[in-house]
Amino acid sequence: MSFHPEMRYESGMHVSQRELRPDGEPFAFTPANRDRLEQIATHYPAEHRRSAVIPALYIVQEQQGYVSAPAIRHVAEVIGCTPAEVDDVVTYYAMFFRQPVGKYVVQVCRTLSCALRGAERVTAEISKTLGISVGETDPTGTFTLMEMECLGACDRAPVVMVNNEHWHECQAPEDAGRLLESLKASGEAALTGCHLEVERD
Amino acid sequence: MDPVLTSHVREPRGATLDAYVGRGGYEGLRKALGLAPAQVIDMVKASGLRGRGGAGFPTGMKWQFVPKDSPRPKYLCCNADESEPGTFKDHVLMERNPHLLFEGCLIGCYAIGAKVAYIYIRGEFSHVQRVLEAEIEAARAKGYLGKNIFGSGFDCEIYAHRGAGAYEAGEESALLESLEGKRAQPRLRPPFPAVVGLYGCPTAINNVETLCNVPLILTNGPEWFASLGPEKNGGPKLYCISGHVEKPGVYETSMHVTIRELIDKYGGGIRGGRTLKAVIPGGSSTPVILPDQIDAQASFDGLVKAGSMLGSAAIIVMDDTTCMVWLAENLMHFYRHESCGKCTPCREGTDWLLKILRRIERGEGTMRDIDLLADVASNIGGKTLCPFGDAAVAPVLSTIQHFRAEYEAHVREGRCTCPADWRAM
Repeated sequence: MSFHPEMRYESGMHVSQRELRPDGEPFAFTPANRDRLEQIATHYPAEHRRSAVIPALYIVQEQQGYVSAPAIRHVAEVIGCTPAEVDDVVTYYAMFFRQPVGKYVVQVCRTLSCALRGAERVTAEISKTLGISVGETDPTGTFTLMEMECLGACDRAPVVMVNNEHWHECQAPEDAGRLLESLKASGEAALTGCHLEVERD
Repeated sequence: MDPVLTSHVREPRGATLDAYVGRGGYEGLRKALGLAPAQVIDMVKASGLRGRGGAGFPTGMKWQFVPKDSPRPKYLCCNADESEPGTFKDHVLMERNPHLLFEGCLIGCYAIGAKVAYIYIRGEFSHVQRVLEAEIEAARAKGYLGKNIFGSGFDCEIYAHRGAGAYEAGEESALLESLEGKRAQPRLRPPFPAVVGLYGCPTAINNVETLCNVPLILTNGPEWFASLGPEKNGGPKLYCISGHVEKPGVYETSMHVTIRELIDKYGGGIRGGRTLKAVIPGGSSTPVILPDQIDAQASFDGLVKAGSMLGSAAIIVMDDTTCMVWLAENLMHFYRHESCGKCTPCREGTDWLLKILRRIERGEGTMRDIDLLADVASNIGGKTLCPFGDAAVAPVLSTIQHFRAEYEAHVREGRCTCPADWRAM
């Protein structure tokens, strides 16, 4: 017997008081995104389309900003697996957001090499400037503050990533507040990018 | 030793196909395709190439384990999940020398009889994925991959597959699970991936730096490769130096080098002229070593002799302002967050260890807590499906072993006895 709140029970039986997370917005891939996904799916044997779940979820997040429950069901339908199998993936990986996030998700690396060079203070400074704790979004919906585990650019510590994609290196703790200002003013152009992209110089 | 893997990484447009072919690229593949697959494996075996991902397992032998007569398709997976804290070497190779990696993948595929290679990149490397995909297209357009490469009849495709943020995906069987669109959780072995790997098919899994060495072995010969380093530790090696040094970065040299040389000569010495307190020589999963051990050779065998491991050659340097209890707490936070949850000792144990470490670091611990740490750790190490459990307890056990007095001082004084201005206190 399931205790799922939506299940109809006979009278006199126990009914769960558990509240489900809100379903979130409805979702369907745009035709262009659906085509992109089908293109990616060709990388894997046809009988192993499930390999495209992570790429599909990235496209969801690009289109919707986060992964809602309807999006999970839609991905399952498109891929040909169960919603539970997609949910399994969404809840496991650190880079999928299960609720709406701010315009800029500021992801500060907290692991040793960055911490040795002041990452804790970077987070503290951003937290103080925005008046929010790690994991929260500021009231204007502009910034979400997150801590990440090692981002893999330890020689340019402390490293900050924005929106899962854009890199910012050697962030001095005392200037962390200013980073927020310049992000607001000039968007991703405020970030240093990855130092390995030498063509940028 | 002059760099060979990273010699052109600073040149603008050095990552392009034209630049790579211009400096003799894809000649190793051409040579391999003129040999029988077994001869290619023999060459790699003769070079003594050992896996650069952490375990140091001989690459040629790994390839030989892939059954030749299997009727199923075979796969090569490049482990580009580089997530070991302190490691950033594969990042450089993929972004600035991608064709060297492709050439290594193609030679590997040819050797084991695979027609597809997947490069599994960590989720945070979206910029790397862009580079790899653009360069894969360039290589396909010029016939370096795809159908009938160099008219040899050998077909091979390479795909970049990006994960989504999970340290455990770097463990080879968890990587396969993740590539199949599931949670990155390790598999029970045997069967080993060489026999039952991706989609249940024979699979070889090699690190980026390992595969990047393969074309060099084909071009310059196995003797050249072996002669670059000490016995059984041949070839060029990338070292990632981070933490309290003047010049953190990726440096390429041979495994003759010592940890001291890496810190002083390459890393520019300890930041601000301070003194060295401890070094993690091979990524956060390897035991810390002390200043009197840094004359150890930074090779697979040299660091085992010093009581640690070369691991992913990620050297994290700590100066005298670093609290060792804080260090253990920082890394335990990492391991608790990244534990995949499959094995109980690791899933529950890392959480307990973090709680105890936090208590001690805040000055709320007792002397019994220090022994409790060792006790809990002993119930994780060696009791899990994958090496994560051993990795997670290494920082705790090695800091207690070398710095027990510091743990005791935290308990006695009821505070952190080594606060630093770079921390948020």
